[in-house]
Amino acid sequence: MNDREQTEEEPLRSGNRAGYAGWRRGNRRRQAKGRSWHSRNWRRRKKSGIRRRQARAAWFFLAPSLAGVVVFTAVPFVDVVRRSFLDAMGRTGVGLANYAAVCGNIAFRLAASNTVRFLTVCLPLLMFTSFALALLVFRRDGKGNLYKTTLVLPMVIPVAAMVLVWKIVFCQDGLLNELLNWLVGATQVTKLWDNDWVNSSTAFPILIVTYIWKNAGYDLLLWLAGLASISESLYDAARVDGAGAWERLCYITLPGLSGTFGLVLILSVVNSFRVYREAYLLAGSYPDMSIYMIPHLFSHWFLTLDVQNMCTGSMLLVTAALAIAATAGFARVVFRRLGRSR
Amino acid sequence: MRDLSRMISIAEKRKPLPRVVRARLRHIVCAAVCLLVWLPVILMLAAAFMPEDELLYRYAEPLGAGRETVRAALLPSYPSVKPFLELLFRSPGFYVMFWNSCIQVIPALAGQFLVGAPAAWAFARFPFRGKKPLFFLYVLLMVLPFQVTQVSNYLVLDRLHFLNTHLALILPAVWATFPVFIMTKSFETIPNALLEAAYLDGAGELRAFLHVGLASGYPGIVTALLLGFIDNWNALEQPVAFLKEMSLWPLSLYLPNIAQEKAAVAFAAGIVMMMPPVLLYLNGQSELEQGVAASGVKE
Repeated sequence: MNDREQTEEEPLRSGNRAGYAGWRRGNRRRQAKGRSWHSRNWRRRKKSGIRRRQARAAWFFLAPSLAGVVVFTAVPFVDVVRRSFLDAMGRTGVGLANYAAVCGNIAFRLAASNTVRFLTVCLPLLMFTSFALALLVFRRDGKGNLYKTTLVLPMVIPVAAMVLVWKIVFCQDGLLNELLNWLVGATQVTKLWDNDWVNSSTAFPILIVTYIWKNAGYDLLLWLAGLASISESLYDAARVDGAGAWERLCYITLPGLSGTFGLVLILSVVNSFRVYREAYLLAGSYPDMSIYMIPHLFSHWFLTLDVQNMCTGSMLLVTAALAIAATAGFARVVFRRLGRSR
Repeated sequence: MRDLSRMISIAEKRKPLPRVVRARLRHIVCAAVCLLVWLPVILMLAAAFMPEDELLYRYAEPLGAGRETVRAALLPSYPSVKPFLELLFRSPGFYVMFWNSCIQVIPALAGQFLVGAPAAWAFARFPFRGKKPLFFLYVLLMVLPFQVTQVSNYLVLDRLHFLNTHLALILPAVWATFPVFIMTKSFETIPNALLEAAYLDGAGELRAFLHVGLASGYPGIVTALLLGFIDNWNALEQPVAFLKEMSLWPLSLYLPNIAQEKAAVAFAAGIVMMMPPVLLYLNGQSELEQGVAASGVKE
């Protein structure tokens, strides 16, 4: 094919040779012009002309972003690492004493355990709910737009505006208590349900409900995109083979969505720390113990400018995040190897 | 022969509901779920058109005016535009806060686009040494909550004398890495052939980026900006940490306090604060879906 290409490109040049010699000469010319992806060696060349140009341009394109990220994130982060090993005045090193202090801090333990509890309970629920909604709403002909718009709307409504409605529903004489009283048959005088849902131990499930209400839409869009990427012919083939809806779900849909799953997980984790906004607006700065989470603790430390605690806490968070990322990456590699060996 | 009989027996075993019934059932369930979304919104809209005495009659407790049964209504009994008039004509504080929000959000978005789009293009299309670790760093920074770098951000901004100004909120937001991530994923979906055609026509990298990349990656850019707008419009932790004067507070911080000062306008203020993100969303909905889809598809 290379010979044919060469003769077609340079039909009238003198010295146009066929055969191996002609190929070599044309190859050299192409390499000189930089169009070496036509040559047989293009994969082995380190960087062809365009790729070299792109690699050089990359740093110009990246420079503004990188500069800002370094100034506003990387340098502060290095500073945080440094300060976590120093004492309160920031001068003398104290080794791991800060870490010991923070790990033994009751407030930190409570906040960390609540955060972990929230993540492990809320994220699966959120992903499952949004997945169920995606299965419900998904239409290949692109028609279920009203439902899609509606379900993504909660994400767009500002938290500060929604908080009033949540207060209407969850306050002590609010709609939820009224509904429960009506169901139970209590009268105005003998109220059985009188909780302040947000400021008592029921705050945790309430927070999960409001969080899922708000964020299911975003995950819904991701799932819908994943569902759309599975080709229809697989489903048709399965139907012909007699697979029912459940089998189609288990053997086509779920495997096809494995890539989307990872991304939904990452983006849900990214969004999950924003639950602090709702918790703060609903329950204030000192909420019930069940929803006292890491951001609450950090904001208290910040108010007292307790720098070393904050830095140490940050380092612990980052190490935890890196550990989880490493485990996830390792698990992915292991699963891929297992899949290949089968 | 055995397969055929197996197929027939399988087909006989499963008797799904007729198509029409299934479709109707789906619509009913979808509508029920959507009602869960619409009811709070309608509640808010109705409350925004209630005069003050009706508001206090119905929602005294959520507004912090004493314990009384909540008598919610989806339609106001005495509809009135007074809350909006009161808000827009007699609350100068509201205007200040609204413009504070605008001043803090719009330059941040512009900055995110100017700084992030080229970086996303580089990540998506250019091969360079250290691309993978650098992108991993960006993703890691995206995942970390604000609190991790809160103190050091504070100290850096203090050193640069930006604390207690709008820049304290704008500058860190400009270099957020989440928009870069979304735009990268969107730029990755642009087919190679398009760019090769541009290169063949003599375009350099900058031209290819400006004419092909920005045009084709438009959904990703819209998605990144829309999500960035929503995130910054609702920003809570950054203003609390970096702003001392109340005159610089954005709307997201001021709104919860409005209920204590002026119960009458609380819901109307909520509606006004809700308008920009909702309108932007309704306009950019299809781009948002495409951008999110691009970020979700496996490479």
